[in-house]
Amino acid sequence: MTWLETLRTGLESVRVHRLRSALTVLGIAIGIAAVTLTFGLGQGARNRVSSEVKALGTNLLTITPGSSTSKGVRSGFGTGTTLTEVDAQALSDKVVAPDISTVAPIVQSSQVLRWQRTNWTAPVLGTTPAWLKARRRSVSEGRFLDSQDVADHVAVAILGPGVVSQLFSGVDPLGQSIRINNVSMTVIGVLASAGSSATSAAASQDDQVLVPITTAQQRLFPATSLTSILVAARSTSLLSAAYQEADAELLALQGVKDPAEAGFTISSSQSLVATATSVSKTLTTLLDTIAGIALLVGGIGVMNVMLMSVTERIREIGLRKALGATPRLIRRQFLLEAAVLGTIGGALGIVVGIVGTVALPGTVGAPIAVSPLATAGALGAALVIGLLFGVIPASRASRLSPIDALRSD
Amino acid sequence: MVADQFADVREPSPPLIELEQVTKVYRSGKLEVAALRGIDLHVARGEYVAVTGSSGSGKSTLMHIIGCLDVPTSGRYRLAGQDVSALSEAELADVRNRRIGFMFQQFNLLGSMTALRNVELPLVYTGIPRVQRRERALTALERVGLADRVEHRPGELSGGQQQRVALARALVGDPDVLLADEPTGNQDSAAAMEVAQLLESLHVAGKTIVLITHEQDVASFAERTVRVRDGLVVELEASAQ
Repeated sequence: MTWLETLRTGLESVRVHRLRSALTVLGIAIGIAAVTLTFGLGQGARNRVSSEVKALGTNLLTITPGSSTSKGVRSGFGTGTTLTEVDAQALSDKVVAPDISTVAPIVQSSQVLRWQRTNWTAPVLGTTPAWLKARRRSVSEGRFLDSQDVADHVAVAILGPGVVSQLFSGVDPLGQSIRINNVSMTVIGVLASAGSSATSAAASQDDQVLVPITTAQQRLFPATSLTSILVAARSTSLLSAAYQEADAELLALQGVKDPAEAGFTISSSQSLVATATSVSKTLTTLLDTIAGIALLVGGIGVMNVMLMSVTERIREIGLRKALGATPRLIRRQFLLEAAVLGTIGGALGIVVGIVGTVALPGTVGAPIAVSPLATAGALGAALVIGLLFGVIPASRASRLSPIDALRSD
Repeated sequence: MVADQFADVREPSPPLIELEQVTKVYRSGKLEVAALRGIDLHVARGEYVAVTGSSGSGKSTLMHIIGCLDVPTSGRYRLAGQDVSALSEAELADVRNRRIGFMFQQFNLLGSMTALRNVELPLVYTGIPRVQRRERALTALERVGLADRVEHRPGELSGGQQQRVALARALVGDPDVLLADEPTGNQDSAAAMEVAQLLESLHVAGKTIVLITHEQDVASFAERTVRVRDGLVVELEASAQ
């Protein structure tokens, strides 16, 4: 008897025992769909965290001034006036700080923006063209600041997409004049969105206005000191080298020997990254565990149906043996039956899983990434479970003497 | 040499079934039960033999051994000149497939398959291609008068009809011997007679038949009756016919 003939016999049995076949297929399909979806959810969460971390910039240092003391009240970090453009200039020096690629001085203030009859309050950042590169942002319309704008104190502004949607409902913002602190500024560009608007980190990065630092300092909110200096290391791995260079240079500039008395603080996004990564790891472990349990439950279901089906078919096995089937052919028939059921169930599970990954994110608001490896693993596990628990009892039954098998009830 | 060849051809053919001092002992735990205690039985080609005996006499065990469904504990069994006592399981399966046609008391049809597929089953294991299989199964069903029930499942057929499907299945591979175990056991007398007459017509057509039964009137169709009691052949008698 050929394999093809055995396959035909197997297919016939699958067709004939409809309920049993349907139950097996269902068990496998649910297991695989569940694994695909939960793994996908975990992967999606991990991807989202890593993209948000990327948006924050893993090679960035933020230098803020030290605390200020007014009438004996110390006001905390960032309130001092100790950072100036001189510091920023010094950090840009390639000899002093070879591991720093970009330096962007920032003066920042929350301002009311007006356009015609609408208004909106958003942070206004006075900075230099280097900001775009340091933040890894891009401009979707118009252009960004250039050095000429900074040198000439030009009254121009670049808006984040969040600001555009608040101020201009459907009107092209390019070339329009907005008023900031009663100074009329011309909109010359719009930033590209920092990421999917679902994340709060991206939303805050889209809700800001950028102007030349000179314009800000002299015409919008007069100040001589900087709110912060944004420093980008050449790469994430050079972050600590950049940190030390910046620290040493600023200490030298301020003439302070004891780091405890330094008039500035350097912070990085590393600690935030570590927290986010560990949270996402916990989440993925949880989801992976659920996926494993789903697979186990599905496997037990398949196992039960297979065991039952072989038990109730021992007479059939006995009859087939009496009519001339060898034990090997009996095993082969059950093997192929289990393989057919496993393949159908697996294919169905993958289809449901993929449909789920497409349909679910819209309804549950969580990203799902299809992981081919997890899906293949689940399919393999389902097939192994099906084959094992279909074939082992069938193999045992195939060794029964035909009369014992025929007599069983 | 030439003379030798002639001698071979002229020698009477050996009996189809040859049992010599066959015993069968079943063991369950410490208990040993001798179902057969030394059976000698010869059945020639074309013979119609009935095996009778009360329940527990060992006649079912004898039938299983003749049908190669079980192997003797000791003694020798030659089927068509071949010693089958020493065959492997796979070889025994092949012997059952080609040489023996079974009819069981409980029919043992697969309820989920049509009559035609049930009859085809032995040929599947012989390795006959599909088209021929179908043809031969149809012919076999016609021969037992069920040409119009080909696509019916066993559940849709009467007991007599089911037994005739089983007979068609037993005959489809054209086996050396037809082995019928209580083929009339579960049936009313009319259906039983029908089956008995079918067997008789097969015998007339030259088929070797071994019939296991406890019904005297069914056994009386056979040429010869072998009575088994306590695992031994106690009586050989020619039928009244």
